[in-house]
Amino acid sequence: MTTDLSAANMDKGPPPQAVVSAQNLSLTFGTNDGPVHALSDVNLTIAKGEFVSFIGPSGCGKTTFLRTIADLEQPSSGTLSINGMTPRQARETRAYGYVFQAPALYPWRTIEKNVALPLEIMGYPKAEQAQRIARTMELVNLAGFEQKFPWQLSGGMQQRASIARALAFDADLLLMDEPFGALDEIVRDHLNSELLKLWAATNKTICFVTHSIPEAVYLSTKIVVMSPRPGRVTDVIESTLPKERPLDIRETPEFLAIAARVRDGLRAGHSYEDVV
Amino acid sequence: MSQLQYYLALVAGGLCAAGLALSFATPLETALVLKAFLALGFLSLLRFTLPLGLWADGAVAALGAVAVLAGLAALDPAPPFFWMALIATWLFAWLFVERLAAAIRAGRATGFGMLIPLVFGVSILLFWEVVTRGTHVPQVILPPPSQVWTRLIASLPTLWADFQQTFLKAVLAGYIMGCAAGFAVAILVDRSPFLKAGLLPTGNFVSALPIIGIAPIMVMWFGFDWQSKAAVVVAMTFFPMLVNTVSGLNAASSIERDLMRTYAANYWQTLFKLRLPAAAPFIFNALKINSTLALIGAIVAEFFGTPIVGMGFRISTEVGRLNIDLVWAEIAMAAVAGSAFYGVIALVERSVTFWHPSVRGRA
Ligand SMILES: Nc1ncnc2c1ncn2[C@@H]1O[C@H](COP(=O)(O)OP(=O)(O)OP(=O)(O)O)[C@@H](O)[C@H]1O
Ligand SMILES: [Mg+2]
Repeated sequence: MTTDLSAANMDKGPPPQAVVSAQNLSLTFGTNDGPVHALSDVNLTIAKGEFVSFIGPSGCGKTTFLRTIADLEQPSSGTLSINGMTPRQARETRAYGYVFQAPALYPWRTIEKNVALPLEIMGYPKAEQAQRIARTMELVNLAGFEQKFPWQLSGGMQQRASIARALAFDADLLLMDEPFGALDEIVRDHLNSELLKLWAATNKTICFVTHSIPEAVYLSTKIVVMSPRPGRVTDVIESTLPKERPLDIRETPEFLAIAARVRDGLRAGHSYEDVV
Repeated sequence: MSQLQYYLALVAGGLCAAGLALSFATPLETALVLKAFLALGFLSLLRFTLPLGLWADGAVAALGAVAVLAGLAALDPAPPFFWMALIATWLFAWLFVERLAAAIRAGRATGFGMLIPLVFGVSILLFWEVVTRGTHVPQVILPPPSQVWTRLIASLPTLWADFQQTFLKAVLAGYIMGCAAGFAVAILVDRSPFLKAGLLPTGNFVSALPIIGIAPIMVMWFGFDWQSKAAVVVAMTFFPMLVNTVSGLNAASSIERDLMRTYAANYWQTLFKLRLPAAAPFIFNALKINSTLALIGAIVAEFFGTPIVGMGFRISTEVGRLNIDLVWAEIAMAAVAGSAFYGVIALVERSVTFWHPSVRGRA
């Protein structure tokens, strides 16, 4: 796994095994007030085992890119392949788990039953369902809330339940759209390090949308900076931080240097807007 | 004490005082209970110096009801103080309900919530009884409730036969078939955008028609017995169920559907695990609307030809024979059956759609 990463970090030659590969990907929404170029000419390769953060101002197409990977939106032009398959084939082989920007829990199901939903659909036996539910609920610190209904939980707890639901069936690719946006700093720190642990232990590939520069730098092996109108990738930063990341790595000069580069990338995106 | 309670107490007590004064014109022994009530009501004015519990008002109102009913027989024609006693009784009942409602709101009398509609209903019956008998309203115009009740008890076998014919056969059979058909067609239509585009406007159009007009035609098609009434009920309940279920099936939000897509769930999994649960509030809405429509449909359809049994048949023939008390007995039975039908569906709805924001808050 470490070799995987160093190969990706060197940024030379084709990655060993591309999980997501986008070439000249564009997506335009036709709306009543004319076309919206949500993605324009995006080129990006994500290798197996990478942790990629997407950061950029609101409306720059982060959600749209994740949804296109998930086959929830169709690209207007360009190609996109997931594990060497089309997004549709990938979806049908249940290649990814998706954490939406909103929890999207079904109100008629208890938290436990919500986490069980993908397992029921994918036909896991009852005993294994129970065991997976217990494990993921533990992971997101929701043990004891199994029998509650979503509306009886706080917004942050609901979001954690939706993370548990995406983790329950162990997809190799995780698409997470601002999963920790609604959480307080402390829980966020905790879940960040839990997520890193999970990632290190499972060699999953993670695409992670966030608005927080420290979060992006702390978690990622690769940070994709995007800018709006039209949505495009302005910078791809390979992290030089070691794989082992205690929370206080955030005070090191190396960390701050990467954060500064992300910030510059975001600023550049904004000033582009003023020119137009 | 709120301003409303203050004036209610004042006027009720004042009326009792005036009534008591007027009642001295009659011999002492006539309508003794009524006089006792007036005296007590007068004494209740003491509440402005001594606090009086809300149950005291309830007791005075109950005594008033008994006194007025008893006085009805003794005093004929009814003198002015009798009507004053009736109004005072009514005011005491109102005052009692006001105070009880306030106490319940303040959490001091929980568990008595059912008493309020009960007092309300009894007050209306009392008023109806006393006015019809006290002013000798002809029984063809409006019989007193006591007469309707006696008639109801006396004609139980007839009523039971009518209930079986109209409710247990026509209404239930038609309701179940109409709702089931509307539901099934909605599921089929939902899969075809073409049918959805064509059938929904038609459905909305037909829902707005007075379908009851087809009753004579149904009699020609299906004969005089309950089958033709059930057919009318089917026609009346089908479209509300169809239209509601189709919109219910679209009630799931796009993010909830996207979730199912990411799991590559098939059509039936999405239907049973997402779309039908999300549609439940709409489906129950149709079931409730239809419970009322079905009863109306079956009763009115019987006006257009029927064997010599059935609630609608009885109403139309007994009106002709000026047996208005039996007509009212049928209406009372229809009201009870209809409310019970609706109530059962509403109870099931609560347990099924407990998660819906409109049900969630309530215990
Ligand atoms: N279904 C749609 N129809 C039309 N336009 C859309 C649609 N979805 C997104 N857009 C537009 O595409 C652009 C990118 O939207 P997207 O949701 O990807 O932004 P985002 O980067 O996720 O923003 P945020 O950080 O606020 O979540 C926006 O301008 C948005 O208005
Ligand atoms: Mg977004």
